[in-house]
Amino acid sequence: MLGKLTWAAIPFDQPIPLLAGAIVFAALLAVIVWIIVKGHLPYLWNEWITSVDHKRIGVMYVLLALVMLVRGFIDAIMMRSQQAFAFHSQGYLPAEHFDQIFSAHGTIMIFFAAMPLVIGMMNFAVPLQLGVRDVAFPTLNSTSFWLTATGALLVNLSLVIGEFAKTGWLPYPPLSELTYSPGVGVDYYIWALQISGVGTLLTGVNFVTTILKIRAPGMGYLRMPVFCWTALASSLLIVAAFPVLTATLAMVALDRYLGFHFFTDTGGGNMMMFMNLIWAWGHPEVYILVLPAFGVFSEVISTFSGKPLFGYRSMVIATMAICIVSFTVWLHHFFTMGAGGDVNAVFGISTSIIAVPTGVKMYNWIFTMYGGRVRYATPMLWSVGFIVTFIIGGMTGVLLAVPPADFMLHNSLFLVAHFHNVIIGGVLFAGFAGLTYWFPKAFGFRLDETWGKRAFWFSISGFYIVFIPLYVVGLMGMTRRMQHYDVAEWRPWILIAAFGIIVMFCGMVCQITQLVVSIRMRHELRDETGDAWDGRSLEWSTSSPPPAFNYAVLPDVRGEEPYWQIKGRAIETQQLPDEPDYRAIEMPRNSPVGFITAVFCTFTGFALIWHIWWLVIVGLVAAYVTFVVFAWRNVEEFEIPAAEVAAIDRERRLARQAWLDARAQVSEPA
Amino acid sequence: MEQGRRRTLRIATAASVLLPLAGCGGVLDPKGPIGSANLQILYGSLAIMLAIVVPTLIGAVVIAWWFRASNPKARYLPNFVFSGQIEMIVWSIPIMVIILLGGVIWIGAHQLDPYQPLASSAKPTEVQVVSLDWKWLFIYPEQGIASVNEAVVPAGKPVHFSLTSASVMNAFFVPQLGSMIYTMNGMQTQLYLQADKPGDYDGRSTMFSGDGFAGMNFTLRAVSDSDFANWVNSTKQNGPSLDRAGYETLERQSENVRPFTYREIDPALFHAIIMQLVPPGPGPSDGSAPAVRSTSEK
Repeated sequence: MLGKLTWAAIPFDQPIPLLAGAIVFAALLAVIVWIIVKGHLPYLWNEWITSVDHKRIGVMYVLLALVMLVRGFIDAIMMRSQQAFAFHSQGYLPAEHFDQIFSAHGTIMIFFAAMPLVIGMMNFAVPLQLGVRDVAFPTLNSTSFWLTATGALLVNLSLVIGEFAKTGWLPYPPLSELTYSPGVGVDYYIWALQISGVGTLLTGVNFVTTILKIRAPGMGYLRMPVFCWTALASSLLIVAAFPVLTATLAMVALDRYLGFHFFTDTGGGNMMMFMNLIWAWGHPEVYILVLPAFGVFSEVISTFSGKPLFGYRSMVIATMAICIVSFTVWLHHFFTMGAGGDVNAVFGISTSIIAVPTGVKMYNWIFTMYGGRVRYATPMLWSVGFIVTFIIGGMTGVLLAVPPADFMLHNSLFLVAHFHNVIIGGVLFAGFAGLTYWFPKAFGFRLDETWGKRAFWFSISGFYIVFIPLYVVGLMGMTRRMQHYDVAEWRPWILIAAFGIIVMFCGMVCQITQLVVSIRMRHELRDETGDAWDGRSLEWSTSSPPPAFNYAVLPDVRGEEPYWQIKGRAIETQQLPDEPDYRAIEMPRNSPVGFITAVFCTFTGFALIWHIWWLVIVGLVAAYVTFVVFAWRNVEEFEIPAAEVAAIDRERRLARQAWLDARAQVSEPA
Repeated sequence: MEQGRRRTLRIATAASVLLPLAGCGGVLDPKGPIGSANLQILYGSLAIMLAIVVPTLIGAVVIAWWFRASNPKARYLPNFVFSGQIEMIVWSIPIMVIILLGGVIWIGAHQLDPYQPLASSAKPTEVQVVSLDWKWLFIYPEQGIASVNEAVVPAGKPVHFSLTSASVMNAFFVPQLGSMIYTMNGMQTQLYLQADKPGDYDGRSTMFSGDGFAGMNFTLRAVSDSDFANWVNSTKQNGPSLDRAGYETLERQSENVRPFTYREIDPALFHAIIMQLVPPGPGPSDGSAPAVRSTSEK
């Protein structure tokens, strides 16, 4: 009836995960009870859970990412502290725990923190920047989100029911095969990623379609903000790469569930096939994350320098060049396989070629600031921090692309320091920059600057205190994933890194404080104009938060930076453009389909992990039926009457007029 | 001449970033030709990149600071959004750096391919390496002996390692001697290394291989020719003998194994492991896949 699931699956003998699980469960329960008692459930259900509004979905993605970021960061604290203790001793985490922790850390940070962060920002900003009302397939978008949430739920469930993978964030066979990993850990990994991977693929399809087919009138490709270009490149990579991940993990699943021999030691399996396949997805994945991050920085640096982006077309070419070249470099993840000089040299060179378009982007950002009036609000601080940090991380990356250097640094903490250098310095800094940049757009009030700047300084200094020592011990020969060690020379550096993570922790506390303080002071921080940062792209032309339909009338785009032009004209003539002819707007109806599908997929995933076969079938059929029922819907849109559109937009125009008048009063005496 | 001096200068700059760490062991303190050559390429590549990275970093910070909104002396150029010349330069600088680096990569990847025998008048010592859960087996086919978690080799002569794995993947690495290489079940990789001077060098697995991974360390002892001969002779005197049955016991998972030696070996053992004529390591004993299963699959 319950497959492999017995009471033995719950780790009563291990206080740490049990306690952590109990606390999380209690907190979750408390929140749910509070929601029900306070009567917030209908609001939550109607306005968020079933929402197909891209802005709401984007916000939920970012929220998921932030929660998972905290979880992954706790893992990081445990790893650093374990190594701080585990000199000539076992530390406080036995190997079987430590192995789960670093596997969970990598999996969570990449799939459930970085990906939702990036996809959340894409969801929120891309349709607004394109000047349209929603993405191409709104209900699918909601489904994508909830499938990602399912994956996150399954990974976290492994904390209290069973175990997580002990194989690292990529389950290299034969270690991940049944012979060497007989537990359910790898199964949790496989099904969490398969289910969320479907969601990610659907997101990719959705955004490629949206950006290629749905743009405001006049919004030609070369008028799109660079963030839209990077979102397009990232979505194209998702569409091309995620099926590879799904197929590869399906092969591991076949090996484990049905005794196939794709990657096993015996029966003619070949583990190097897995390495090739997983990195054929894995390297493009890095650019799926970092390209939209580049997009965020392009928007932020241009806005806060008070200048258009320097070399816009160059940036577009660089973005698409990275998009293509990223598929030709995967072998650098295993130079030490012994493939020979020719193969290693070709992949070493192709890898370092990526540094060319990336370098071009760096210079163009620097020249965007050149001749600008750079305002150091929090998003800009993160951007300058990114430029410095990413140049260093990029340099160590190219160093690792030189095969003889990689022969000595592969799998060392130098490598760990390198990829944290680019992912924290690139993706995470972009996440925080984007969060503070678009927060006023999403909620109508700014985030507190004091706490934001504190968070920045703690995070960036903590980052260097952690990872410079890791570069050093990597050069001293320390390998990643060591549960204990006995080389005395490493110890001081590991202790410094442990201190660094305390500083980073302060950064995290500041981030959370920033959110709390800002919400409490929201009236003081309110932005009535809709244009909190003197922005340039279309999202700043609508009100904050934008109405469900984004734009009462779709903007007429006549060049790059359309909003900057509209704003310029309004300032010149001291009046807003004439009131348009308001029409009724049809918007997609909210739908619980995504949520319900994901609930059934959660059952299916859990049942697959524990071999509860009847539940697998029930879950799959139910998820399928949900979509069939949805396909038979009669009404898919609802109409917002012209009068309501007009009322909402007139309010926005009043606020804009007030802003214009205030601006005129300020500039007149001067 | 001038260029040569400049290059030396650059390498010195790159080295000065890392040299303070050189005394601390690891890859910055090489004790053999491969390690030294790898390190030289590492320094050279770093120097090439620092030549461009340092000015860029300084430029970025200076420009970001000078053009702050509160600086009245900074000129505001809101229309400075494109310059063909600048685009030309910002594309060519990275391209030229990468062309230069590409040459280093091409030559380095070929010259320092781990399969390349070392130029030496001495015949390489043959050592067959098997990574097991979680220890290292070193087989000396010419001497007919074997050791676990300690490899003894003659100093000043090349050593030819042939490597495979009994179960999961690992990577063989002696940081002070140079290149690492994977060990994979059913496959053989090769590696040539040399220790210039006698000494004990730390070695470890650098590819995560399961719960006992952190204890999967070994010592590579480089000794003089006569000491090597003595070691071979004394090893032949005592210790167990390594036959197939003994190997299948050794294959079982064990952690933090103290070094020991075998007085004699089954000469076909290494070949049998690669050809999977002996079953791969059984994995955890409490697992759902007992050791018998892999045998029955044969």
